[in-house]
Amino acid sequence: MTATAERAEAAPRVEARGVGLRAGLVTVAFLLAALLVGLAVGPVHVGIGSIVRSALSYVPFLHVHQPLDAVDRAVLWQVRAPRVALAGLVGGMLAVAGASYQGVFRNPLCDPYLLGVAGGAGLGATLAIVYASAAATGSSWTVPLAAFAGAIAAVVVTYALGRSAGATHMTGALVLAGVTMATFTAAVQTFVQQQHTQQLQNVYAWLLGGFSTATWRDVAICAPYVAVSSLVLVLHRRVLDVLSLGDDEAASLGMDVARARLAIVVAATLGTAAAVSVSGLIAFVGIIVPHTIRLLVSTSYRAVVPLSLVAGAGFLVVTDVVARTVLSPAELPIGVVTAFLGAPFFAVVLRTARGVR
Amino acid sequence: MHRLTIAVVAAVAAALAVVSLSAAAHRHTRAEHRHPHRIVSLSPTVTEDLFAIGAGKQVVAVDEDSDYPNRAPRTSLSGFTPNVEAIAKYHPDLVFISYNPGNFASQLRKLGIKVVDEPAVNGLGRAYKEIVGLGRLTGHVKGAKAVVHSMRTHLAAIVRSVPKTRRHLRVYHELDPTYYSATSRTFIGSIYKLFGFRDIADGAGGTGDGYPQLSAEYIIAKSPQIIVLADTKCCGQNYATVAARPGWGTISAVQHHRVVLANDDVASRWGPRIVQFARTVARIAKQG
Repeated sequence: MTATAERAEAAPRVEARGVGLRAGLVTVAFLLAALLVGLAVGPVHVGIGSIVRSALSYVPFLHVHQPLDAVDRAVLWQVRAPRVALAGLVGGMLAVAGASYQGVFRNPLCDPYLLGVAGGAGLGATLAIVYASAAATGSSWTVPLAAFAGAIAAVVVTYALGRSAGATHMTGALVLAGVTMATFTAAVQTFVQQQHTQQLQNVYAWLLGGFSTATWRDVAICAPYVAVSSLVLVLHRRVLDVLSLGDDEAASLGMDVARARLAIVVAATLGTAAAVSVSGLIAFVGIIVPHTIRLLVSTSYRAVVPLSLVAGAGFLVVTDVVARTVLSPAELPIGVVTAFLGAPFFAVVLRTARGVR
Repeated sequence: MHRLTIAVVAAVAAALAVVSLSAAAHRHTRAEHRHPHRIVSLSPTVTEDLFAIGAGKQVVAVDEDSDYPNRAPRTSLSGFTPNVEAIAKYHPDLVFISYNPGNFASQLRKLGIKVVDEPAVNGLGRAYKEIVGLGRLTGHVKGAKAVVHSMRTHLAAIVRSVPKTRRHLRVYHELDPTYYSATSRTFIGSIYKLFGFRDIADGAGGTGDGYPQLSAEYIIAKSPQIIVLADTKCCGQNYATVAARPGWGTISAVQHHRVVLANDDVASRWGPRIVQFARTVARIAKQG
């Protein structure tokens, strides 16, 4: 992996440099602001000052007095904070996975659900909701585990299917295999769902996705995968630049194309599966965030990959804030918000960026 | 000549008699079958109502979700994804539905089958009206009125049994573990109104049909004094799972063990079994 990365570095510059200082600072500032807003805004009003003092009161030897009562403390640290953290992890993961898929498959419309992750996860979750015993469903482990297993199984089958089509047309075959897998799992999932209309509401709620029941345990389940996956993807950012030239060109530059692609696909898929298993299906993030970075900063994956990770986290935290405040104290499905805010925003970026490029 | 006249008159009279008699007989048979005797119910609530008012013998088939009472002729018919041919196979003379996807009712009507839509109601008054209406349609007005009377008196007694100090509890009705709830504008909400409970979902009921998804922090901050779980069967929720939710330990209902384990089906229908539901709620409201 590092060997490929080094060889890739020796390759000629594809375009521009990596992350510029200004773009990096702006993106990180956006994420920090999003996290702060995420912690400060909600149906229960908690002032920013109290939040900071409450956080400091947990630091030993500082002797800061806890300013919040038990209820506000529970709301802030048991309900809102894990929600913000999970939205950040999932948003970053989906955006960085989307960027990587787009690079590996040289297709701007690829999203993290491309290889059947969404369909597999949806089928796994539906099977668990419908067939698991009530006691098992009551435990909040069952559905995420089933979704994760379903996602991985679907991608393994997709990969096997794509490979069997021959190495020469690998990327095209993989994308087609992903579409096949997605269609097939959707069919099975719809059938199972239609046979159990009493569970329709639960299946539907899961498919819509969201963070309304996020806990620290969800964060703990998801964080290791997101950390490892995004680290691998960020380390492969130069490889992605080389791959974007085409398989033959990359190979002529001395890169083991199949191995590099496998590493990127495995990392992106594992991370996406972990994200989906705790959040359900949240569309659009994996497409809109990387493209916004491309349009505003640079098309080089050396910038797109790390910036997508940070901006995606901020974007989903902000959309989750909207999802839980616009009808407060009622919730709005987050998928509605990502698309409703994301689509017009992206349209504006497309229009303004036209002049630049 | 005279004899002929008499014969003609007699023949005419006889013919008239035969005609009128057969007409009377015909009317008689029609009277016997004025009420439908091959009913198909695609609504679990209507099924419960029909059997409660004594029209059960006229029911030939009920849908897959009509799991009460046990003696209802349950089939694989679906009220959500209905198949017109499968319904017609039972040769029904009356079909009850509570949901009309793709306007399948009009297709049934084309086959000459009477279809009555009994959509979900939003209050007890409407539920009573629906039961009496079912009585009229099936020829069991007396039975229907008796059911309504029994529901009314039982509910009143159950509400009276709750002391005045427990009549203003803040209630949270849970439809699923992602915190979908019901406002006081829904049928189940109208039951809580009987007790005088204040429904915390009302704070979020501005939009939609009265079933908002609440945010967890709102529920914790409102600290409901009684929690009704209508997701015990579907989603395995119980006192322990609720108490284990992060931050929920501060909620009054959790601290005082006032968590009602409702039967999901009973709580989502608007039939006579709502009395049992109210009794369970009252028992929990009184304790602790």
